[in-house]
Amino acid sequence: MALPATRPTASVPSGAVLSADQLLEIYYYLRLTRTMEERLVALYRQTKVIGGLFRSLGQEGESVASAYALERGRHKDVLSPLIRNLGSLLVMGAQPVEILRQYMAKADSPTRGRELNVHFNDLEKGYLGQISHLGDMIPVMAGIALSFKLRGEPRVGLVYIGDGGTSTGTFHEGLNLAAVQRLPLVVIGEYNHWAYSTPPEKQFAVKDLAEKAKGYGVPSVTVDGNDVFAVYEATRVAVERARRGKGVHFIEVKTYRRKGHAEHDDQHYVPPGELEQWAKANDPIDRYVQRLLTADMVAEADLKDIDDRVRVEVDQATDACVDEPLPPAETALPGVYVDPPAADKLWFKVL
Amino acid sequence: MAEVTFLEALRQGLWEEMERDERVFILGEDVGLYGGAFKVTDGFSKRFGESRVIDTPISEAAIVGAAAGAAHMGLRPVAEMQFIDFISCAYDMLTNYVATARYRAGLSTPMVVRGPCGGYVRGGPFHSQNPEAAFLHTPGLKIVYPATVRDAKGLIKASIRDEDPVLYLEHKWLYRRIKEQLPEGEEILTPIGQARTAREGKHLSIISYGATLWKSLEAAEQLEKADGVSVEVLDLRTLLPMDDAAIVATVKKTNKVLIVHEDTRTGGIAGEIAARINEQAFEWLDGPIMRVTAHDVPLPYAPTLEDFVLPQTEDIVKAARWLAAY
Repeated sequence: MALPATRPTASVPSGAVLSADQLLEIYYYLRLTRTMEERLVALYRQTKVIGGLFRSLGQEGESVASAYALERGRHKDVLSPLIRNLGSLLVMGAQPVEILRQYMAKADSPTRGRELNVHFNDLEKGYLGQISHLGDMIPVMAGIALSFKLRGEPRVGLVYIGDGGTSTGTFHEGLNLAAVQRLPLVVIGEYNHWAYSTPPEKQFAVKDLAEKAKGYGVPSVTVDGNDVFAVYEATRVAVERARRGKGVHFIEVKTYRRKGHAEHDDQHYVPPGELEQWAKANDPIDRYVQRLLTADMVAEADLKDIDDRVRVEVDQATDACVDEPLPPAETALPGVYVDPPAADKLWFKVL
Repeated sequence: MAEVTFLEALRQGLWEEMERDERVFILGEDVGLYGGAFKVTDGFSKRFGESRVIDTPISEAAIVGAAAGAAHMGLRPVAEMQFIDFISCAYDMLTNYVATARYRAGLSTPMVVRGPCGGYVRGGPFHSQNPEAAFLHTPGLKIVYPATVRDAKGLIKASIRDEDPVLYLEHKWLYRRIKEQLPEGEEILTPIGQARTAREGKHLSIISYGATLWKSLEAAEQLEKADGVSVEVLDLRTLLPMDDAAIVATVKKTNKVLIVHEDTRTGGIAGEIAARINEQAFEWLDGPIMRVTAHDVPLPYAPTLEDFVLPQTEDIVKAARWLAAY
């Protein structure tokens, strides 16, 4: 089977001006994402990760580059990542130790052991964790963008949806509502070729996800999702337009999920040779590094320094939390409501 | 004092909260210039503008989801379901996203989802539903169901001010059927989670809410006159969290309980109330806990069929008479 097309189907205006420091910062997040996932694999094999482990191998480029195009900081832009957007989360300021604690269900994890993996939030830093019901975050992020519009704040929301996720009703309802209301929202459609084990041709009859967005009057482009520069530039333009009141924008990123749905998945459904081809010829980090070095944009030694720094940071984050306790059982009850109603005084507690 | 309908009281409550707090806004289908299918938001768009009274596409999941996102950011959305029957289209968003948000992720989601519910109006299977039991099973939601004009106002205001998501069910049979004098200039707030004794009695308690509260009161009147049976009637007002203390108090007072609701029987609210009485006041009972509910069928359209399926005053009288004699 031939490799699916990854060439952009729409030209991307070039105009991104990234300093050497920014280029290195992007590289840092790419390397951090991949190293974090490699660490999580080790912890998973040691049974320290409690639930499933979801890899973004091969998709780190589009996650990091799209998030990097936002305004970050307290009360700036807000994004909602999916399980394969660890890179986006890190760019927005989530800490490696928080992510490790989440995966290991530690008492001090951001959700106190109540939720899994990257399902957590920090709205001040600008990220809102997903729930497992794909598509639901589109209306919710439309609501967040609506709050920006109603308050006249120059902020933008960004939300991810997978190729499979675009089959859900909430995706369509949310995108349409956002379009009608001209909300400052950017939707990144991740065409990564696999929805669990289901390929795109069993998921939808259009060629590009961008066509779906066009059906709602939403400006959309398709870009090479493994080209960090292309994703950054397309997102930058869309974010800037959304911020200027031009409404919702859709960016389809063609990429490839090189690992299974989760760590348990042996990917037997993948045609032979496909994974190896993508790894060899189309790895987003390899391509980014090659471009940086070929164009002499950064020094190789700087990249090496970042590799070393990332290794140390991930080691330190692991050491800081790996032996921490799980949450005490009785902490399972409070916090369903602000004011615990009578239901908190459950009858069985007195038995 | 001015005499107002249930619908007008609800409208006043919404209006006052919109005036009081600029974070409050309304979104839903045809709520803007048209003023809502039942005219609950009539005039709102003119007063508060289109940005605070938002006409949406026919997309209940998106309405509720967008309300949740706005609520996370500190706004106070009130989402209207044109008929509450359509809330099933937003069931995932309400139960999976909204209701779990605080517990799983520490997210604040102060929002109200409201809409006309209930039968006795020849609305057929999809304009007559009572969805409360489907949501009673959802930790994280609150459910209020006013029966009186005063509570229609007091509970919508309390719901909007609540820090947690509230499902506000308004019975369309009551909209223009009941009237009450409401004081002008006085702020009416009905606390969420508190039942109300609608009628004092000694021999038997009827626990109800919504439209059947009025049918229960009618039945109580008839029993008093015809049989000399003194019936206490408890109006739950809030279904979640349930006012266990008020339920237990009336059981201890009369020792016999009849639960009346308009929703279908199996898996209905009455089963939960009966279980709580069993756990908390079993030894105070002098008879079986009885139920009067709709039959377990989708609600049919023809008057002959609807009247047969829904609980009527004479059904309540019959059951109460049997229980009183037990």
